[in-house]
Amino acid sequence: MTVLGALSSLARPAPATPRDRPVLRERGQREVFCGLTGIVWLHRKIQDAFFLVVGSRTCAHLIQSAAGVMVFAEPRFATAIMEERDLAGLADTNEELDRVVDQLLARRPDIRMLFLVGSCPSEVIKLDLSRAAQRLSTRYAPALRVINYSGSGIETTFTQGEDACLAALVPEAPQAPANAPPSLLVVGTLPDIVEDQFRRLFSALGIASVDFFPPRRSGEIAPIGPNTRFLLAQPFLGDTAQRLASRGAKRLPAVFPFGAEGSTAWFKAAADAWGIADDHFQRVIAPPRDRARRALERYRTALQGKSVFFFPDSQMEPSLARFLARELGMRPIEVGTPYLNKDLVARELEQIPEAVISEGQDVDRQLERCRAARPDLVVCGLGLANPLEAEGMTTKWSIELVFSPVHGFDQAGDLAALFARPLARRDLLRV
Amino acid sequence: MKLTVWTYEGPPHVGAMRVATAMQGVHYVLHAPQGDTYADLLFTMIERRDHRPPVTYTTFQARDLGGDTAELFKTAVRDAYERFKPEAMIVGASCTAELIQDDPGGLARAIALPIPVIPLDLPSYQKKENWGAAETFYQMVRTLAPGDAQPRPAPDATRRPRCNILGPTALGFRHRDDLVEITRLLQRLGVDVAVTAPLGASPADLRRLPQADFNVVLYPEIAGTAAAWLERTHGQPSVRTIPIGVGATRDFIREVAEIAGIDPAPVLAESAGRLPWWSRSVDSNYLTNKRVFIFGDATHAIAAARVAAEELGFEVVGLGAYNREFAREVRAAAAKYGVEALITDDYLEVERVIAELQPELVLGTQMERHIAKRLRISCAVISAPAHVQDFPARYSPQMGFEGANVLFDTWVHPLVMGLEEHLLAMFRDDFEFNDAAGASHLGAGAASASPPAPAAAPDAAAVASVIAWSDEAQAELAKIPFFVRGKARRNTEQFAASRGIALVHLETLYDARSHFAR
Repeated sequence: MTVLGALSSLARPAPATPRDRPVLRERGQREVFCGLTGIVWLHRKIQDAFFLVVGSRTCAHLIQSAAGVMVFAEPRFATAIMEERDLAGLADTNEELDRVVDQLLARRPDIRMLFLVGSCPSEVIKLDLSRAAQRLSTRYAPALRVINYSGSGIETTFTQGEDACLAALVPEAPQAPANAPPSLLVVGTLPDIVEDQFRRLFSALGIASVDFFPPRRSGEIAPIGPNTRFLLAQPFLGDTAQRLASRGAKRLPAVFPFGAEGSTAWFKAAADAWGIADDHFQRVIAPPRDRARRALERYRTALQGKSVFFFPDSQMEPSLARFLARELGMRPIEVGTPYLNKDLVARELEQIPEAVISEGQDVDRQLERCRAARPDLVVCGLGLANPLEAEGMTTKWSIELVFSPVHGFDQAGDLAALFARPLARRDLLRV
Repeated sequence: MKLTVWTYEGPPHVGAMRVATAMQGVHYVLHAPQGDTYADLLFTMIERRDHRPPVTYTTFQARDLGGDTAELFKTAVRDAYERFKPEAMIVGASCTAELIQDDPGGLARAIALPIPVIPLDLPSYQKKENWGAAETFYQMVRTLAPGDAQPRPAPDATRRPRCNILGPTALGFRHRDDLVEITRLLQRLGVDVAVTAPLGASPADLRRLPQADFNVVLYPEIAGTAAAWLERTHGQPSVRTIPIGVGATRDFIREVAEIAGIDPAPVLAESAGRLPWWSRSVDSNYLTNKRVFIFGDATHAIAAARVAAEELGFEVVGLGAYNREFAREVRAAAAKYGVEALITDDYLEVERVIAELQPELVLGTQMERHIAKRLRISCAVISAPAHVQDFPARYSPQMGFEGANVLFDTWVHPLVMGLEEHLLAMFRDDFEFNDAAGASHLGAGAASASPPAPAAAPDAAAVASVIAWSDEAQAELAKIPFFVRGKARRNTEQFAASRGIALVHLETLYDARSHFAR
């Protein structure tokens, strides 16, 4: 019996999940991105930030490939590629890093916040990027803040890179005084258009002080203190939530704002915390919620009763499975997630019927389960999608669920469309 | 440490993957963290492959580092053998695993699998993708076709000469179609193709390599090392001419014929495709001395320069390559065109040179396509790194006579057609046929849209210029069609500078024009 095999066979019902739901835990080959990938959307959000990966040629190649291969003329991210001299000790890595940062800032004087992003190689050689960040921050203050986090694949999977980035950003927030009026912080990278929709709804509900984290510009980080209440917009932000809590902010537990129901519950959590009367809440929420329901209705016929199999990718899987099951009548067969944060997704798991919940991955075994189950729709990464299509399955690339605006009432239809389109296309084609 | 925005080549283990994925019956066990699995999508998405690459990644995590990553690797090797039953296995480490020094080769050997296991030592912090592909192919060839392999049958007048085609891989720039074109050409010459490798070959096929009379090296970046070894060890000569363009294809035919001891005349007498006449037809007059900048992998760049200069009548104003391993060859070629070779893998450096030279056409990679788009210069792609557009549904080789037809179309179409150019000159002040109206062939609004102004790419013309323009001269310059305006400005300023004129007047503009009139 092999070690990987042994570890897999140890997969057993875990006792401590909500309602004692068993979780299949696997350890074998994982087919997932590392946390560096988050840079692709983070750099679009924080408009005056630059992300410098300290890593290898592989890191540079990964981000380039994940970014859809050379989309942007000159992006606000780059890689400081370590070379033989750096590893052999012929060059002082810190001096080299300073030189690269100088070079970078000479080209981009508009940058106000620089993230030094750790990678697998920089972690393995124990390059201390936090010291480097401190040193560089002092040197370039006050024009530039330098912050570090790790997006390495030995520590982070895909969306965990955003969690690491935002967690590192928490200490940058000013302290809100203890007597500050209550304020709401929405945590997680959202497209600007979604933020604007959310801001309008919160305002109509009567919650005036709303900030988003991360902000669009690095100088606009909202103050955080004991009167800060926060809503997570994404289920993968466990470390960030902890850091915020350690600054005194309080999390408002809720399901995540996917679909009409999910969005209603999410806004309701804030409304309750602000003591907003239910009839007012219903009045404000009814128009967008009805719009979302009408939009979803269009896709229900196509998706109702169809089975769906999730390969692990973004940690959004339990939330999405709940949305598909509750609001579109789909049947999740397996809901794979790279990491199951039980605290954050407890309410989602309660609402997913029958499906196997799996954490971690042994990709070849999972493929076997998937083939045996013959789901109507497979949600998986780009490495698996075409091979599964070639086997006759219908797939949805999971990365699009992270890159597209899918949150809130007015994106509910778009979110459903992402799942309906591959099935519709299959019906359409006659070749 | 090197600041890198975009890279032309991936790490060397991606080169090894290109070889493994191209072949049949080979499995690659790669000691690597989970993030490295992104490389699968290069093959499944960019090339639209319908199978996962035959690669098992150990995907070790931080918590494994304190424990036994070596055991994890051995387990992965055993599991991969059991599951995939390959005929041969290659094993190695990616950049991160290289640092933890687990010795994949030694560990795999200790398992004593009943198949050849070929260890790869690909130094990630020194080498890149092409080198990794070349080294992988070379190690496989020398393991599977060692010096004491069965000797080659003696030449025999009763059988046709026989060659191997070496170099095509997965994710190669038009390798799929080049291979079809060159295989057909060799057949017309009366030469049989024994083995094509790596693309489509199995380990058993590699064992048969020494049986052929000679090797055809289509992609020296990948097969050069293995071909040199086969030449030394098995006495197999190599055909080294790269058949890109009409002239080079004819040279290739002659070289094959000489090595194979056959008569090239019948095939040379056949049609060489449409390029020669298309290039001589009067509409192509306007192509004369179009200024072209060429950049790519060395093989494609050098070949493109010859086609550009000799077969389309362009002026080569810049020539370069991103693979330093072939710098000597590129420098020699550049010298022929009187330009300095640009050997760099720094995208920003390439951009700077293009902005400075202001060519009318860029022949480059997908990255130069982006540069050209920003600088509003026409562009065609001639080389890897591969992009989804480089895997067209249609047959579209670069090599052979059909390849030359393809080159004519793909390089000339981005330029304004000759007849259109006359019309543009005739109607340049027409109220609906001017810059602001846009040029329909570039898409709606292409010409009127203001170019993006990124911090990195200042208007090269403006920066290079310390020469002022009078309002009158500036207005006249604006009447010149946009696609030759850059050239007119540059020539005028060069002319002014050479005569110590600091301010360009209307007269200076026309003096310069007459000076440069060809």
